[in-house]
Amino acid sequence: MYIKFRKGFLHLVLMVVGFIMLMPFLWMLSTSLKNPKEIFTYPPIWIPSEIRWENYLDALTVVPFGRYYVNSIVVALSVTFIVLITSSLAAFAFARLKFRGREILFFTYLATLMIPFPVLLIPNFLIVREFGWYDTYAALILPPAFSAVATFLYRQAFRGIPTVLDDAARIDGASSWQIWWKVIMPNAGPVTAALGIFTFLGNWNEFLWPLVVTNRVEMRTIPVGLSSFQGQYSVQWELLMSAAVIALLPIVIIYLFAQKWIISGVTISGMGGR
Amino acid sequence: MLPSLLGFTAFVLIPVLISLVLSFTEWNLIQPIKFVGFENYYELLTADRIFLKVAGNTLIYVILIVPVQLLLGLILAVALNQSIRGIIWYRLVIFMPVITNIVAVAIVFQFFLNRDFGIASGWIWQIADVTGWAVAPPDWLNSQELSKSAVAMLTIWKNVGFSMVIYLAGLQGVPESLYDAARVDGAGNWQRFFHVTIPMVSPTTFFLIIIQMIGAFQLFAEPYVLTRGGPAQSSLSVVQYIYQNAFEYGLMGKAAAIAWLLFLVIMILMIVQTWLQRRWVHYES
Repeated sequence: MYIKFRKGFLHLVLMVVGFIMLMPFLWMLSTSLKNPKEIFTYPPIWIPSEIRWENYLDALTVVPFGRYYVNSIVVALSVTFIVLITSSLAAFAFARLKFRGREILFFTYLATLMIPFPVLLIPNFLIVREFGWYDTYAALILPPAFSAVATFLYRQAFRGIPTVLDDAARIDGASSWQIWWKVIMPNAGPVTAALGIFTFLGNWNEFLWPLVVTNRVEMRTIPVGLSSFQGQYSVQWELLMSAAVIALLPIVIIYLFAQKWIISGVTISGMGGR
Repeated sequence: MLPSLLGFTAFVLIPVLISLVLSFTEWNLIQPIKFVGFENYYELLTADRIFLKVAGNTLIYVILIVPVQLLLGLILAVALNQSIRGIIWYRLVIFMPVITNIVAVAIVFQFFLNRDFGIASGWIWQIADVTGWAVAPPDWLNSQELSKSAVAMLTIWKNVGFSMVIYLAGLQGVPESLYDAARVDGAGNWQRFFHVTIPMVSPTTFFLIIIQMIGAFQLFAEPYVLTRGGPAQSSLSVVQYIYQNAFEYGLMGKAAAIAWLLFLVIMILMIVQTWLQRRWVHYES
């Protein structure tokens, strides 16, 4: 009896919390389908009397979402790809190769983990401008693509892989490159998955850096495009909400299907492999 | 190794040096760069009233956000660490805001908290109607007192799921035998929570304090989209001020100096935390 009561209470609390977490999404969806007349009513209307899909068409005609999507996908995928390759190579060197200054170099990598992004914001902007990359994919992709966190995580994982595997491969005549690709990487699948998800999500949602290095509409990513749309159409809530739904929908759908992997990827990367 | 090192040098190591040098200069990208020594720092700390205000705002953000985030995260994790039905669904829903893009959800919060037509106000009017109690809904976004709370609410709502999953991972490492031992000794639910759970997850708590503190010191998109830093800079964050100085007023040197001051404060607090942790963080030997 007591346990039943306790569990019932727990469910009640969790449902209230769940409702609070979901409500903004539901309200976003509901408003995006409303006739503007029903937006400012009191008491608030949750289910619109007529469903206006036209709001989405209107939002899509004023905002070049197709282009924003392409940009976000290109940027997030490229950054993730470069991060995974360069970090795993660097981590391989740190974990398996002997070279002079290795410890000092690794310590330098670790030390940069503490530098907050705002410190790098201005110099990176100046570098991008100097290279003539302002408003290009290079600016959006390259500066965020070198990650000390990923190098650190990969190094941790690589150190857990028995060195007898390397030795066996070396006896068979494998080069360091081959060992990295054929022995080490296949054994580091979970870290690659976790880091891949974490890096992709982080860059998909990144706001400050794309805001600083892009100007033309054609170069904007989804968050920056949505923010500039908000600046122009701050009173047309049904359009703003349709735009917000369009911005969120794919990632939410992917999340619903892959929640297990996404949550564990964020947890593992977020904890620095602990 | 080489590609990583090259990229790292170009986009991390050299930029750190550039920004340090810049912080001692006055430069607007057009006129020749001019060295001014510590003048940027001196002016920021003694004469720039807006800087002192945004520094205060940011400190308030840290104080409002970090403890609430940790406490709620721990409570939710403990609740979800039991054998009840539907755990996956609760976790799914509570974690969802973490993966969404801040601009989209901040726009919804802007609507939600609007005094004239937001639902938050709607509820208060309803309460007022039913109870006959004369309450007026607060103007979260346009009041100098409340704008920071609005930004904090958005941030906590968005990130609490992260604290929760990290705590869940921490809780899974607590051996069941400890709870059994406590039970044998006659410890009730609350005693087990305070004397087993809290000390056993203290390394997780320490880690989350550091991570969330660093995050809260660097709030940008949340106030940028929700309140634009207003009204009257009451919700402007330090990073927003860096952005304004660099990219709106073209004061590169001053912006770099602010970034370094921010770095310095974060560093000092991290060192203090690391020093303090010996007193309260419990590590399994």
